[in-house]
Amino acid sequence: MDPTTFKDYLFLIPLLPFAGAAINGILGRRLGLRAVHLIALGSVLGSFVLSVAGFLALVSIKSPEARRVVSVLYQWILIAGQTGSFHINVAFLLDPLSSVMCLVVTGVGFFIHVYSVGYMHGDPGRARYFAYLNLFTFSMLVLVLADNLLLMFVGWEGVGLCSYLLIGFWFSELDNARAGMKAFIANRVGDFGFFVGLMLLFWTLYVSSGQAVGSLSYGELKGAAPLLLDAEPILGLSVPTIICLALFMGATGKSAQIPLYVWLPDAMAGPTPVSALIHAATMVTAGVFMIVRLNFLYLLSPVALSVVATVGALTALYAASIAITQNDIKKVLAYSTISQLGYMFLGVGVSAFAAGIFHLVTHAFFKALLFLGAGSLIHAAHTNDIRKMGGLRAHMPATFFTFMVAFLAIAGIPPFAGFFSKDEILFSTFNAHLAAPGLGKLLWLVGLMGAGLTAFYMTRLVIVTFFGEFRGGESAEEKLHESPRTMTGPLVILAVLSAVGGFIGLPAVTHLPNLIGGFLEPVVALKGGAASHGSHSAALELGLMAVSVAAAAAGIYLGWYLYHKRPELPGALRERFKNLHAVVYNKYYVDEAYDRLFVRPVIAISRGTGRFDLGVIDWVVNALARATERISAGIGWEDLKVVDGLVNAIADAVKYWGYHTRRLTTGKVNHYLYSVVLGLFVLYLLVLIT
Amino acid sequence: MLAYSLENFLLVSGVLFCLGIFTVLTRRNTVAIIMGIELILNAAGLNFVAFSRFVQTQNHISGHVFTLFIIVISAAEIVIALAIVLSLYSTKKTIHVEDFDELKW
Repeated sequence: MDPTTFKDYLFLIPLLPFAGAAINGILGRRLGLRAVHLIALGSVLGSFVLSVAGFLALVSIKSPEARRVVSVLYQWILIAGQTGSFHINVAFLLDPLSSVMCLVVTGVGFFIHVYSVGYMHGDPGRARYFAYLNLFTFSMLVLVLADNLLLMFVGWEGVGLCSYLLIGFWFSELDNARAGMKAFIANRVGDFGFFVGLMLLFWTLYVSSGQAVGSLSYGELKGAAPLLLDAEPILGLSVPTIICLALFMGATGKSAQIPLYVWLPDAMAGPTPVSALIHAATMVTAGVFMIVRLNFLYLLSPVALSVVATVGALTALYAASIAITQNDIKKVLAYSTISQLGYMFLGVGVSAFAAGIFHLVTHAFFKALLFLGAGSLIHAAHTNDIRKMGGLRAHMPATFFTFMVAFLAIAGIPPFAGFFSKDEILFSTFNAHLAAPGLGKLLWLVGLMGAGLTAFYMTRLVIVTFFGEFRGGESAEEKLHESPRTMTGPLVILAVLSAVGGFIGLPAVTHLPNLIGGFLEPVVALKGGAASHGSHSAALELGLMAVSVAAAAAGIYLGWYLYHKRPELPGALRERFKNLHAVVYNKYYVDEAYDRLFVRPVIAISRGTGRFDLGVIDWVVNALARATERISAGIGWEDLKVVDGLVNAIADAVKYWGYHTRRLTTGKVNHYLYSVVLGLFVLYLLVLIT
Repeated sequence: MLAYSLENFLLVSGVLFCLGIFTVLTRRNTVAIIMGIELILNAAGLNFVAFSRFVQTQNHISGHVFTLFIIVISAAEIVIALAIVLSLYSTKKTIHVEDFDELKW
């Protein structure tokens, strides 16, 4: 489609899911099941088709620099000044970055919608479920398509809300509702940082400079950002660093990084397709997207970028280590997601923005696939506990094969998707020039260890669930069955994408075009890029590739050896390193530490203020109330006796006289005539006298 | 012979008026009371004509015109009064004035 024509339809991409959410949310209970499915799936499919059209429209523009379509819907905020005006529009921006994100959100989102039809079969809250899911898709699309930071924040909060609603979807169980609250509160902590960053950016650029002219749109921010370097440093940190770190705090909340990752494992309380869509493929990547979107800002602050990279690498290793010990299949995948998100942050932290987005895309494919596969297993085995699974390979061939593809992709075995994206990140990390010398190499080592652990825990997961004997008891074994087509269909499609998705970002050594890198280049153009292709020898690149494949292979071998060849070994090891296992199994007691450090003090303070409220403020209020009551009683007595008495006395007098005088009215006409004549006579006498 | 003078006219009208009042006060029959009212009205009309004839110096006829109006209006009034009497009779089967005491307290 012609880009200028497409501009007029751009707003439909987010609007269609919104309409779906509105219809299903308001009328869902009255509509039939088919109609609910049709509306929910149709609206997302419509968005997907439009996203593809938008992508094609962008590609049809010859010059990569000109690949941006901006559609202004209306003016949202306008502050007119003397020299000009500050304004924020509700506007959507389609450029290579948002186009890729749209394709992922609507594409993966659509398959997960289809899967949900099968997975939520028989659930009474389906209309509500699909309304939430569509609302989420809308919010996510607003987030990625927004033309300015403030509108993006709207989407950012919107996805947080939908995440909360969907985690607590089965809210009748207290734990689920609690998990939703935990996610919401952890996100609030991050969003606080995000908002501080946003306001600081606005303040430094437009207010303290004395001229409130401009807007928060990315285009203008990009032009104005260098001005930040001139701003007075705060507490020894340059202003861009503070802004970037504050925004990154929001990203750690939304994208589950250290230290705010604690909500994501609990978020697995939601339905599995929700975990796949929101807590693996799309929402949790919002932080990565935000940093890539604001790459021009982050490039101003090497310190902030180094922090991002370090946090990412540490999270990648840390979460992978927890994933080894978990027995809940969804928890394993949740920690795996945290770990993979860490890789994305590592990528963007070393300025390899395209690689970060590349990993985001491939991760969306294989992690959604893993979650949907897990959902399929849970659907059949009716448990989340992998110790009660086993041998499912024979019962569920479609789930098994697709799961294996995802396994190879996440483990980093070429040529599956995860290999290319993870390897590009690690390669960029190795060559990165960060704030501290040698930090790049160190982070590379951390990332490599994380990759080995990833391969290990995924091997463990696959072997324990699919191989060996079924351990869930005979009655459960008889009920094992392959999932319906609505569920296996998306699995197969995602498996294909996980298998071949990596070819959109081939490494430089192959001398084939890196499609996604080239496509994203206008958005994340680097000046003298730290990790640009071709500046390093092919031998180094191939060597690093070999090392990471070796790490993955070692992880897989170790997993196979421990859990398949010598299945008695893990138990023995667990006994041997009992204390270490307990620490890791209990997630390093971080939840408990947070509980001691933050939750309990807050509760204690709340109790104290509550007591103050009850004891002091309420006492004063009650005393006032009692005093008022006394005074009112006095006034009331006076009112009753004096005022009312007077009024009643008058009324009684009138009544008394009325009672006696009314007897004059006899009703007899001749009596009246007598009185007329009598009156006449009196008048006559009066005339005579005067 | 009685003189053709204002006093005599007023005397006649006074007698008429007293007869009217007497009729109104003594009769129980509603129709008779209405007839008494007619006498009172005619006494008033006679007064008008007499005063118009004897007191006014210029040749005015307003007293006469008043009397004509009184006659016409009293005719109309009689029609209404008799209609009321008829409807009273149809509801109460009597036209005695003491029986109509619904307007009392």
